[in-house]
Formats: sequence, C-alpha cells, structure tokens
Amino acid sequence: MEGRPHRRPFAARPGAAAARLLAAALWCCTPVAALAAEAGEAPPGASACTGCHVPAMRATSIPPIHGQPAAELAAALRGFRSGERHATVMDRIAKGFTVEELDALAAFFARPAP
Amino acid sequence: MRRRGFLRGAASAPAAALLGTPAIAQAAPRVVVVGGGFAGATCARRLVAAGIATTLVEPAASYLACPFSNLVVAGLRDLEDQRFGFDGLRAAGVAVATQSATVVDPLARRVALSDGIVLAYDRLVLAPGIEVRLDALPGYDAAATEAMPHAWRAGPQTSLLRAQLEAMEDGGVVAMSIPANPYRCPPGPYERASLVAHYLSTRKPRSRLLLLDAKDGFSKQRLFERAWSELYPGIVEWVPLSRGGRVIEVQARERVLVTEFERHRVDVANVIPPQRAAPVAREAGVADRSGWCPVDPASFESRLQPGIHVIGDAAVMGAMPKSAFAANAQAKACADAIGALLAGRAPAEPRLINTCYSLVAPGTGISVAGVYRPAANGLLAEIPGSGGTSPLDAPPEDRRLEASHAEAWFAAIAAETYG
Repeated sequence: MEGRPHRRPFAARPGAAAARLLAAALWCCTPVAALAAEAGEAPPGASACTGCHVPAMRATSIPPIHGQPAAELAAALRGFRSGERHATVMDRIAKGFTVEELDALAAFFARPAP
Repeated sequence: MRRRGFLRGAASAPAAALLGTPAIAQAAPRVVVVGGGFAGATCARRLVAAGIATTLVEPAASYLACPFSNLVVAGLRDLEDQRFGFDGLRAAGVAVATQSATVVDPLARRVALSDGIVLAYDRLVLAPGIEVRLDALPGYDAAATEAMPHAWRAGPQTSLLRAQLEAMEDGGVVAMSIPANPYRCPPGPYERASLVAHYLSTRKPRSRLLLLDAKDGFSKQRLFERAWSELYPGIVEWVPLSRGGRVIEVQARERVLVTEFERHRVDVANVIPPQRAAPVAREAGVADRSGWCPVDPASFESRLQPGIHVIGDAAVMGAMPKSAFAANAQAKACADAIGALLAGRAPAEPRLINTCYSLVAPGTGISVAGVYRPAANGLLAEIPGSGGTSPLDAPPEDRRLEASHAEAWFAAIAAETYG
C-alpha cells in the first residue's frame, strides 16, 4: 500500500516465529493482558497512542507502531521507561505505565492491521 | 426559558416530523456530537466505527485548527494550511449537519438545530470549545477585537494580528496580554511570544515584545525563558502578576493596556482575554459557575446533566490541560465509554496521554507530556513519575527532533481526526 512501505504483515516477516516466541516470553507474567491483546481488546492507553502513531501515515520522525514485532515494541517501551533508551518524549510517557501495561500495548499494536 | 425556546424551535414543520419519532429503547442508539474540532470530530468518527449512528453538528463548513496557528501569526505558515473539511467524516459514515445547536433539552434528550430540525439522542456529546470572553476585561469588547486581536480562535483574527505585525514600523512595541488559568493551550501564549520574537529579530530587530501576564508562572517556563535569552536577547520582556503584569483595562482606540501600576501605549496589542466554555454548554446546563463543565473522569458524562458528555477545552479535566492532543485522547475514551454505556456495561477506567509541542523558533521544539487517570478526588490526575517537560540541557539535535515531532504530530492528529 502506498505511503506505508515499512509496514509488513507480522506473519510475513523473516524471524516472525522467533519474535512471537520472544513476545510470548515477555508476556509470561501477564497472561490476562496477553489474552486481551490477542482478542483485539485495547489495553489502557492504547487509544491515546494513535494521537501521534497513526496507522497508514507517510513516514515522519514519529516511527510507526502498528504491525511492528511485539518483542521490538516491548523492548523499546521498557527501555524508554527505565531510561536505558534515549528518547525525546517517550520516556516521559512510558513512565505512566507499568511494565506489564507496556507489554500489553506492545502486543496490541503488533497485531496485523485488520 | 430553555423549554420555551425548545418548543419554539420544535414548532417548525421538519421539527414536528422528527418529534413524531422519539428515541425508544428498542431503536438503534443515536448519538449527537456538537462541535467539529479535534474533540468532537474524533469522537464522532470513533462512535461510527463502533457501529453507533452519529450526527456531528458543526456550523462551519470546515474547521480552522489552532495548533500551528502561531506560525501563521509570525508569517511562517499559510492560514489555509490550518483548514480541515468534514468529507473524511462523511466518508466514514458520520452524518454532518452544518448547523448550530440552539436548544438542548436534557430531559427529553433532544437538541434543536438552527434550521429548526430537532434531533433525538440517546447520548449527547458536547465538544464546543471555548468562548473568548468579551465581558471580562474592561474595554475589551467585540469592537476592541478589531484593534487588538486575540487570535485565540484560528481564523480572521489570526490574519489580523499577522497583518498588524507586518504593518508595524521597526522599533515598535508589541504587547501581549496573557490571562490567568484556566484557558485554551497553556503554553500557547509563550510559543506565540517566541515566534513573534523570531519575526521581530529577523525583520524588525529594534522592536520589543512586552508580555503582560496575569500569572507568576507558566507552562515550560524555564525552557521558554532560556530560549528567549539565547535566541532573542533584549527583545522579550515578561512582566509577571507580582510585578504588575495583569492587564485590568484596555483602551482599544489608543492601543493602551492598563495594568495596576502602568499604562502601556503600544504599537501592536494581542489581547488574549479570559475564556469559558462556549455558549451551548451554558444553554445545555452543563457549565457551572466557573464557566467550565465538570465531568466524570471515566465517562466524561456531565456532573450536572445526565446523558450529556463534555470533552475537550470546554470541560474540567483536572490535571489534563486544554490542548488538541488532550481533546483527541478524551474523545476516543469518551466514545468507548458511550459504547459501553449503550451496551449496558460500565466504562473502563481510561488512561489518557497528553503531549504538547511548542516551537521556540522555526525548527526548534520543546514539549510537555503527561499520563493521566481518574483519581479519588473525581478528577483526572497525572500519574506520579510520568510526564514533565523536555530537559533544559537537551542537545540541539533533540530540539530539532522535537520540532519534527511537532509537525509529524500535527499531521497525525489531523489524519486521525479529519483524514
């Protein structure tokens, strides 16, 4: 689709199975959040994320999150929260969520767009 | 009074026809959203996406957005770049009524429009934005807005302020009158000051910018003050409340701003007066004596009128500022809450985010962010440890990146809301 060249369907990505396993490992402590995300139920805060991270946007300085590997999203969010990953604004936002909530958001946005 | 007005509105033929088909429990639920800004348009879209029949009531054929309009004031952007139409909403299935909501009857759950049509609703969402008060600052009336533009709703006022700045001779004095809290876009006056100072420093470098403030502190203050001293030395002077900054009267014809201590005769005056929720909120009985609308922080349902939800700048949102980002986030949470209520479920506790970017110069950005949830006091509170402003010592590349993010955010919210 035009305007979203960097967004490949999750299942079609090389190493998708490994990423899924890693994502599953990240979810191990939060089965409820993981199940909710699998069911397509939006975890707390998800609707606010799309104020900046809109699906099907042209490439900007704000990176896409929809359809990205859950493990990558979760690692980024955890890194923003802990301060290990440099950020302009995401560090301040990630600190408003628990690690479990961030993992649930990662799982939710990782799902292929419907 | 309210009821009589309603009946008068209902007496016309199309209204009478609609009155014959009141909302009944078995019928598909209907929601009416009043206001086509970032709150109302976002909410209407999300309601329709959830399968709920929704009418958006907005008198203007297109919406002129406030974020980025300070660039228009400073001559760096075209006002037309602020304009968004409603065709995207129509295509998404929202019924758009290009009308004003004139009368709201919360008991009958009906709203009358300026063309006499009466819409029945199961839930009403009011997202009417602000009214710029022309009764709060002595001398600042409708006529005064032509001599001393507020430019606090994007449109002709924005162009007028820009034209006045462009017509001013080098060496002139520009003054801004900045109100006490709460008002639309807390960092907005200071972003405007920065971009006006940029205009003056590059085009009219002998000029000065005087900020007369009814407060002793403001959003992102240290970041703005650092930027002014580094980028625009000798141009910006901020006069806080405690040093006589509060403007208590204006004399529009003479371009005079009167404070408790001084009369300032200036060349261009930008008066941002006190504000309150737009008139339809008072009509509907959802505004309290403060002029703003108290709401439940989980459902955004009015504390004063059941069945009516208020979102965006008109509502009292506790720690959450009156911003487009906040309005868009509240709108989505409100639509989800309405979906739950219509299905007979309790709304989930919302987690809301705000991010406000300000440009201190073209290509140089700063931000304030926050994450919010309902607190025991019945208001939205910031989650401890979250949020805050850009670091004071951030490297220049981060300031550039934040300016890029500001632009990307505006494109994103416009796409989500109107695209």
